[in-house]
Amino acid sequence: MAKIPESWNVPTPEGLTKEVDHGPLSLGLEKGWMRTPVEIKPGMHCYAALPKRSVALDMPYPRDWSAMDEDWKLPRNWREIVLEGFKDRLDRFRTFKLFMDICVRCGACADKCHYFIGSGDPKNMPVLRAELLRSVYRKHFTTAGKLLGPIAGARDLTLDVLKEWWYYLYQCSECRRCSVFCPYGIDTAEITIIGRELTNLLGLNIDWIAAPIDFCYRTGNHMGIQPHAYVDMIDFFVDEIENYTGVRVEPSFNRKGAEILFITPSGDVFGDPGTYTAMGYLVLFHELGLDVTWSTYASEGGNFGLFTSNEVMKRLNSKMYAEAKRLGVKWILGGECGHMWRVVNQYMGTMNLDIAEGSKMEEPVSPITGTKFENAKSTKMVHITEFTADLIRHNKLKLDPSRNDHLKVTFHDSCNPSRGMGLFEEPRYVIKNVCNHFYDMPASCIREQTYCCGGGSGLNAGEDMELRMRGGLPRANAVKYVHEKNGVNMLACICAIDRAVLPNLMEYFVPECDVTGIHEMVANAMILEGEKEKTVNLRGEPLPGREESE
Amino acid sequence: MNAIASLILSGGAISMLVAIPFLAVWALPYVYGIHLEWLFGIVIPYVAVIIFFVGIVYRVVQWAKCPVPFRIPSTCAQQKSLPWIKYGYAEKLDNPISTAGVVGRMILEVLCFRSLFRNTRMEFGTDIKYKSAKWLWLAAIVFHYSFLIVLIRHLRFFTEPMPFFVPIIEKVDGFFQFFLPVVYQSGPLLGAALTFLLLRRLLDPKMRYISLPADYFPLFLILTIAGTGILMRYVLKADVVSIKELTMGLVSFRPVIPEGISVLFYIHLFLVSVLFAYFPFSKLMHMAGVFLSPTRNLSNNTRIVRHINPWNPTVKLHTYEAYEDDFREKMIGAGLPVEKQAASPADKE
Amino acid sequence: MSLKNLLLQKRSPIVKKWCDVVLRTYPEQSQSFLKKKDPFGNPVGCTIAEAIESIYDELLQGTESDNIPLFFDSIMRVRAIQDFSPSQAVGFVFGLKKVIRKELGSEILKEGISEEWAAFESRIDGLALLCFDIYSKCRQKIFDIRVHQVKNQSHRLLKMAGLAYDLPEDYESPGYEGDLKEGQVNKHES
Repeated sequence: MAKIPESWNVPTPEGLTKEVDHGPLSLGLEKGWMRTPVEIKPGMHCYAALPKRSVALDMPYPRDWSAMDEDWKLPRNWREIVLEGFKDRLDRFRTFKLFMDICVRCGACADKCHYFIGSGDPKNMPVLRAELLRSVYRKHFTTAGKLLGPIAGARDLTLDVLKEWWYYLYQCSECRRCSVFCPYGIDTAEITIIGRELTNLLGLNIDWIAAPIDFCYRTGNHMGIQPHAYVDMIDFFVDEIENYTGVRVEPSFNRKGAEILFITPSGDVFGDPGTYTAMGYLVLFHELGLDVTWSTYASEGGNFGLFTSNEVMKRLNSKMYAEAKRLGVKWILGGECGHMWRVVNQYMGTMNLDIAEGSKMEEPVSPITGTKFENAKSTKMVHITEFTADLIRHNKLKLDPSRNDHLKVTFHDSCNPSRGMGLFEEPRYVIKNVCNHFYDMPASCIREQTYCCGGGSGLNAGEDMELRMRGGLPRANAVKYVHEKNGVNMLACICAIDRAVLPNLMEYFVPECDVTGIHEMVANAMILEGEKEKTVNLRGEPLPGREESE
Repeated sequence: MNAIASLILSGGAISMLVAIPFLAVWALPYVYGIHLEWLFGIVIPYVAVIIFFVGIVYRVVQWAKCPVPFRIPSTCAQQKSLPWIKYGYAEKLDNPISTAGVVGRMILEVLCFRSLFRNTRMEFGTDIKYKSAKWLWLAAIVFHYSFLIVLIRHLRFFTEPMPFFVPIIEKVDGFFQFFLPVVYQSGPLLGAALTFLLLRRLLDPKMRYISLPADYFPLFLILTIAGTGILMRYVLKADVVSIKELTMGLVSFRPVIPEGISVLFYIHLFLVSVLFAYFPFSKLMHMAGVFLSPTRNLSNNTRIVRHINPWNPTVKLHTYEAYEDDFREKMIGAGLPVEKQAASPADKE
Repeated sequence: MSLKNLLLQKRSPIVKKWCDVVLRTYPEQSQSFLKKKDPFGNPVGCTIAEAIESIYDELLQGTESDNIPLFFDSIMRVRAIQDFSPSQAVGFVFGLKKVIRKELGSEILKEGISEEWAAFESRIDGLALLCFDIYSKCRQKIFDIRVHQVKNQSHRLLKMAGLAYDLPEDYESPGYEGDLKEGQVNKHES
């Protein structure tokens, strides 16, 4: 039975009459952070992984446990496991070793984290999040730390420290905003990624990550959708598209000999408003007559392995090349997704390119415009906004942006394509060509300085809603600004997690603003061959000024 | 460890470090007639310099031996993609795709502290105004460059004849011709920058919270070194000729202890030795580390050239065949094409 | 001098101190950050500062201001998701009394306007209740969002499987208690 935490205690009447006041500044007499133990609070963390999630991927120490419990039912030798894992990773990742050593605690990153900005919890400062691990590193892996202990900023790995790690490692969305401002490029995401690998050695994953990786491994996608259901779902979109546009699109699945394999996050297929983006892809491919196939085996673009361990990431990612090879496609087109593109851009080739050996894959060429995607020469995977931007540039799409005239759009740069790739202009170019009203948010909230949606890196669960709202606050605040200033009513993004997280965030902070993927707007603006008079968009909502006359 | 404890610790450590040479060189001869100038003027500096170089090389080798499994630069500008999408100088430097770009990025980072320079703060007026929040950047730049100039000026004591740039630097540094001897600006600037960095740590509660004794100690140490240096030059007027005799003796490996060198010099030299010996074991190693940082020194070309992970693990995969085995009937029912029962061997891992 | 004039005269120190009362409910280490004037880098601090100032001005304007709930909404929307118990989230409203007493206590006695002051104090009490209403609405909204999220996850699948129950087209919504519409905040009846 979980212990009721302090924070749930109802205050006494005397306590109520007192103001909450953390008191005047203590001028250096405050307790150091090492002596401030962690308090695990509801709403600020995700539920623990269920034991059954561990089976398929052989994750160690499956068990029923809860972060709110006193006893986490750790294996008896958990300390040795963690320290051994720590040492192993110090030897395998230069990033980890270097970032443990060279931080000077200059504080440039301190106020750059959206979770710190939204919560004010000092342990959410990136520097301190990393110090949680560094302190243990010093104690166990440096001479000074061993000899001098706390004087050298070192502390022992105790159960409390482990809990503190866990709590704050799963309060980092691996967005890398802090790494942009660090004079040595220390990347807290990297520390979080490796820290989470350590927690996974003890079976301390969260269910919101453990379930998707388990499903993805077995069924090909995060939602655990079996192949026939996946096809049914897309068929459902086909009907809806016909309903709204009068055009019947004909997607194909697992088709050998297709030129292009299309992979998108399964969130686009099963969750609104991502579904409308998926319809957008279907419309686009149909109109172009693209020789493209979907796959039920590689039916997931996202990769929650990135939030678990590099091995799991590799195991899940392998399906992309394996399927491309089996189907004999020439290249892969990737849908709108955030961390999927960090994996594709920075990890996929390194991890799995050997799987593609002997396949028919070659440097991607757009069959419509003839453009060679030289920047994808090796991985042979093209981002759909790169593909569409190229189409628009070559006038290959008949567009009527006025069909999106009721939208005043702003664009949320997703963390991963921004700071792990540099995809800034392509989506903006597409948006500006499919709608007439586009307003960027202020410069410190977009592009390489973009704020996270608050739910990245597997934190987009329901139970940690307070965490998500705090993390999303800086983003919502910037949207609110353009909403009030320019009347923005649509927040565009190129990430499936964004499309799952931002609607909640908007509902709470800026209810007048809706969320969309870019290709939903593209399809809505497209003049289709043989379309009926458009009165509704892909959501079935009537278009202002074009309502059906009754 | 709270701020006051950290301050007391680092302050105490510095006082001890000052006291040791003071007592040893100044008091011991009086009380016991023992002379330890050779220890503080020759042995300790040699040991410190050896620790400095060996230590740095050791640390850098340790880092360099560590593989870089993944290419993960922080991309801070538009990627190189379609030919008509702007990829100019700014983009080449902040999101490099070539070695030249990476070199440029590193130069900006190391010489201009590019990332610290990004710090901006916005304020509302009629429209958004960007106000710079670059005090940290400014203090860091002033501190590091003043320190560099001070170091170069000290070459005067270690070379004969002096390299041509030493007098030039001295000329520039003493440009304003205050007082006599000419006041070099680098000294006061160094002190001011250090003081700012120290006050920033002490007065901003979130900085105070993250600061360790290891953050205060180097600040105090360098401040004291600068202080003793300034005292010697402007106030107590050290015997420069004798000092140069000693320092030249050190670099020519014919060490001598000339008469008449003040105890202040031995304190200064001892603290510098401590700084040198402390350097490889401390956060000061960021000087070397910044060059190795994988988020800065790698190009964003992973889609063009495969980056090799030396320990790329072999992992168990869920093959298409296994997947089809799990779902074959349902797939056939949904009209999905299936492979024949016999899986083609090429697809096995 | 009337109370209103006194309050106008001391506007800036009172607003500043009231604002400090709010900021002091955050961890010490973050308070200096929360004072940073950067609406996009420090949305929490700036929202609070702006709203506190506006509330104070509206309060001096008169009783029937429609804007007060809006300003409270912007503060409470933030505090409702932060690390506060309900009493902690709302408590800052009472802080205004203390601040004013400290600033103007002697003047109030001197000018003999304690009755006016008592009325003003009870208005502040009313504000606290209003604030609590808004806090509850925001919390309710969070719970609604949690439910929506779960529904949205399975909605498409249920619909596809023919399991979802769609409401008839002419169905009229009975009005949704938890749905807080912008600007439509229940005023406390005082």
